[in-house]
Amino acid sequence: MGAGILLTMRGVSKSFPGVRALKGVDFTLREGEIHALMGENGAGKSTLIKVLTGVYSKDAGEIRLAGHPRALNVRSPREAQDLGISTVYQEIGLCPNLTVAENMFMGRSKSPFLNWREINGKTARILGELGIPAKPERQLANCSLAVRQMVAIARAVDMNCRALILDEPTSSLDESEVEGLFALMGDLRARGVGIVFVTHFLDQVYRVCDRITVLRNGDLVGEYPLAELPRLALIEKMMGKELQELSGVHAEARDYGGLTPVVEVEGLRSDQGIAPFDFRNYPGEVTGFTGLLGSGRSECVRAIFGADKVTGGRVRVKGKAARITKPLEAMRLGMAYLPEDRARDGIVSDLSVRDNIILALQVMKGFFRPFTRKKATELAEGFIGLLSVKAASLDTPVGTLSGGNQQKVILARWLLTKPDYLILDEPTRGIDVGTKTEIQKLIVRLAAEGMGVTFISSEIEEMLRTCSRLIVLRDRKVVGTVSGSELTQDNVMRTIAEGSASPAGAAPPDGSAA
Amino acid sequence: MRSLAKNPLFVPVICLGLVLLFNCVTNLGFFEISIKRNNVGNWILAGNLISVLNNASELVILAIGMTLITSASGGQDISVGACVAIAGGVILKILASKSGVPVPVAVFFGCLVAMAFGAFNGILVSIFNIQPMVATLILFTAGRPISSWITGGLSPRITNPILDAVGNVIPGVPVPTPIFVAAFCVALAFMAIRFTNLGLYAQSVGVSDKAARLVGLNPRRVKFIQFVIMGLCVGLVAFIKVSRVGSIQYNYIAKDIEMDAILAVALGGNSLSGGKFSMTGSIIGAYTIQAITTTLLANSVPSDALPAYKAIVIIILVAIQSPAVKAFWRKRFGGPRGREAEPGQNGTLPGTVPGAGEGGA
Amino acid sequence: MSFIGKDGRARGEPMSDTTFLLIITVVIFLAMYVSAAILFSGKGFAKPQMFFNLLNENAALIIISCGLSIVMIAGGIDISVGGMTALISVACVVHLNDMEGSGFLTSLLLALGIGLAFGLLQGYLVAYLDIQPFIVTLAGMFFARGQAAMIETQTRTVANESFSALAQARIRLPIGSMNNNGVFVQAYMELGVIIALVTVAALFVTLRWTTFGRSLYAVGGNKQSALMLGINVKRTKFLSHVLCGLLTGLGGFVFLLHVRSGAVTHAAGYEMDAIAASIIGGTMLTGGVGNIFGTFIGVLTKGAIGNIVRAMGLVGSWWPGITLAAMLCFFLILQSVITSRKRA
Repeated sequence: MGAGILLTMRGVSKSFPGVRALKGVDFTLREGEIHALMGENGAGKSTLIKVLTGVYSKDAGEIRLAGHPRALNVRSPREAQDLGISTVYQEIGLCPNLTVAENMFMGRSKSPFLNWREINGKTARILGELGIPAKPERQLANCSLAVRQMVAIARAVDMNCRALILDEPTSSLDESEVEGLFALMGDLRARGVGIVFVTHFLDQVYRVCDRITVLRNGDLVGEYPLAELPRLALIEKMMGKELQELSGVHAEARDYGGLTPVVEVEGLRSDQGIAPFDFRNYPGEVTGFTGLLGSGRSECVRAIFGADKVTGGRVRVKGKAARITKPLEAMRLGMAYLPEDRARDGIVSDLSVRDNIILALQVMKGFFRPFTRKKATELAEGFIGLLSVKAASLDTPVGTLSGGNQQKVILARWLLTKPDYLILDEPTRGIDVGTKTEIQKLIVRLAAEGMGVTFISSEIEEMLRTCSRLIVLRDRKVVGTVSGSELTQDNVMRTIAEGSASPAGAAPPDGSAA
Repeated sequence: MRSLAKNPLFVPVICLGLVLLFNCVTNLGFFEISIKRNNVGNWILAGNLISVLNNASELVILAIGMTLITSASGGQDISVGACVAIAGGVILKILASKSGVPVPVAVFFGCLVAMAFGAFNGILVSIFNIQPMVATLILFTAGRPISSWITGGLSPRITNPILDAVGNVIPGVPVPTPIFVAAFCVALAFMAIRFTNLGLYAQSVGVSDKAARLVGLNPRRVKFIQFVIMGLCVGLVAFIKVSRVGSIQYNYIAKDIEMDAILAVALGGNSLSGGKFSMTGSIIGAYTIQAITTTLLANSVPSDALPAYKAIVIIILVAIQSPAVKAFWRKRFGGPRGREAEPGQNGTLPGTVPGAGEGGA
Repeated sequence: MSFIGKDGRARGEPMSDTTFLLIITVVIFLAMYVSAAILFSGKGFAKPQMFFNLLNENAALIIISCGLSIVMIAGGIDISVGGMTALISVACVVHLNDMEGSGFLTSLLLALGIGLAFGLLQGYLVAYLDIQPFIVTLAGMFFARGQAAMIETQTRTVANESFSALAQARIRLPIGSMNNNGVFVQAYMELGVIIALVTVAALFVTLRWTTFGRSLYAVGGNKQSALMLGINVKRTKFLSHVLCGLLTGLGGFVFLLHVRSGAVTHAAGYEMDAIAASIIGGTMLTGGVGNIFGTFIGVLTKGAIGNIVRAMGLVGSWWPGITLAAMLCFFLILQSVITSRKRA
């Protein structure tokens, strides 16, 4: 192992049923560097981290750590911690009902009794050294998220961690809290700790990182020193450059001048922290919300559908003012929404394919007017044929189908309601290529039949192929719109990278941060 | 064989079969049915089988409500016995105080009060997000005191031909009337499932709260409704209970029936953590429980000791359903079939800690 | 009470949930008791013996509630404690009356053994087979009562000399009050109270100053996080049930010392009383928050409700049950509001 190299992963692969999450990925972490791990949804970032920290076992490949002559075989997060590899997750990892000091020392003491004076004293010293503004005796729930994260980092540092993995640490922090965290990270870097920084905020990457590793679809795209990878190039590498010509499928800009938009919103915002945005979608038009993971694209469409609590703004549906406070109201106005998280929000896993397909239409039809079994079978079969869903029978629990077939079932559920406006949030995520293409073609066909469609995907080429107008988001704010002949990969990426509006809390890019 | 074992009615039918088989072997007299005159001179069928059908009536009705609550909220209502005491107290009080109040009116008010208490449980569960078993603990504690409060601690005895007809037999019909009441409720339940979306909504909410919301359902309302329906079931059960003896003892009426109702749901092959349910299974389960009870009593087990046997049955049932035991059997006898294995548990390395997967997910 | 000031407001720190709920409980209890002493001065609330009777009558419940609080702090629940108490009372009476060479010591061992057996089995089912604790302990409750009925269906009084001597032991206190004839009567405590107070103190120390005690809070607060912090979650849950079983065994013994008889119907509703006392004492049903001292106050509050209801002239046997349930309802909703506010 070369000088300064702390940790290497070589040819790491990991498969789940139906998905190859990592395909021979290499990763190298050096002492005293902050290394950004970048990639879109499904790129394999979190799988890589979980393999490294022993949450998942790898299928192939090897992990080496400086100072250990043999390849590591990490079996649990605990073991990883003992080896000096610690992870700080945004949400979990600490107990909010305990004090700061307890969280620092819980699970580490060998003695059955606790000496609070000593523990609190030690904690105060460590917190002081690292400049973390927290009191040892304070209950963690009463600390800000930023402080909680810093406490988790302090715990890791105190356990002699050499490699520190920060998984999306900044997504809930405000500007000054981010500053505090970065100062702490800089301090640790100076002590020789190697930090893996996972984030979707590009500005932050360019502020603090030394090196970037990019993953896409489970493949390693490459490892680059920060200075050699300008922002635009990074986005290209994350979202995929190879735009294949796809015959027949390409959206064209049309003039919707005479038409009434199926949906039109003004200054809409929700409790999920998106900045107020304007948006309209004409019949027959395919629009898209794009931006990096966490930029607020899902939150925008959820606000339109009433899935999150709407806190302000105006909505007009087919020209008429509407107030949507819950999904049922949106459905009655002719909207449909295929949610981002299929397993959690989409399928009702234990119920049959038939019940899953008719569910939305059934709810709209009303409590006292159930479909007869014959009618339900008829409706479900129609769509199973149309979308070629592969299921043993209509009575098969939907949870046992493959991801692609589950997605088709949910698609069938919404098409059955004959919506005027269909929102598809990452319908192609985690499903096979054949099904992906089928879904893209379907979108274009539905639009040709006069349906308004909004399509969200992590893969830019998909969106370019199907959408005629893209709304670009960054940091939960609409930063631009790209449409018509401007709709090229370069333009979209540039808008994501630079935007037309200056984003809040973003510091100027500083490629030379060292 | 495999498809048979996968049928949701497999467990309840097997259990019922085992109980009957046990009786076949030990005591064939169990199956004897005779017809005799009761103490007021009406012809009535007698025998252990009839007694199972008759005495299971209350349990069957409660099992209907318990199945729906379990499905939608993933928990159980443990206050049903206490609420039967309340509703019974109300019915008795009305009948005892003003002579001339028709029985149906008293029953109507009994049901209304029971549904109000059901709604109280429902509000705690749906609005305040309290686990069903804990929320219903309040009425479990307070129900019987409230009942004695209503009746002033007295247990007046009512003689009324209608009550007698409902609680025992209708003159000329030799079959105990509670069997018909239970059959009527079962029919009503199946009609409700057939002609409304009660079952579909309850299951959808029970399986996935979030997905149900996104298809336009109101999970809170769906859960709430199940508790109100349970209230109606409780009211009807109280009516049968009061009719049987024309009185109530608020400390003993419907004692431990919540345990039996929960057991009926579990025996019916339903998961106690909610979601998909089989109403037929629960009803067979209820009759099975009563068959077990009657069998034990016929074998001179003291009635106070019955719960011990039932407790063992329920523990075995839930233990078989537990993920740890299922995983054990799968490892022992062949690989997983049907379901996809969880990511993180199918690695090639030995000794992967399955629990560790939870940590990072 | 120094432990309130420790992380309390003195330093301008926000209160922890545990402290907040404990303060509410203590304030309610004091307000209740003091106002009762003033309003019903004729009924003897101001007499020390009234207070010590509260302890005498509730000593067993205090120990049992402490055990339950421990399970609840670790995020579980145990509703078998009442049934176990009845089983212990019956088993011990049969043992004391019908067996040669039995004495209070062997009956204590028997009580602890029964408690331990329940704790081990229930703990295993909950922690290692991952079955809902409510279902497991509901079955445990019915099993215990059924088992008691199998042993003996009649109510029997203890007729064992060494045990009776112990049960009748009175600890005289240097305080007291004048009786109607103007004679000074010393207040007294039963032996069970001493056991209960020692238990409360020992558990208070365990929960505050031992690694195991804090692990209980961590597991109850967030299982996933506790796992990430390197705590053996399953073992902690298991041990919480074992400890609860043992404490119920001890509580059952103290119960027998007080009532000196065994019956299937004994300790009816104890599980509810114990849960109510824990909840009133500031133990959160969601786990991770709670205090043994609060549970102690919770039991006293529950006992005082009975006295006050009687003093108010509400003679119906139903009033204590209804008021207790109303109080339980109030605290449950309070907890629910606290939890949802945290989430928002």
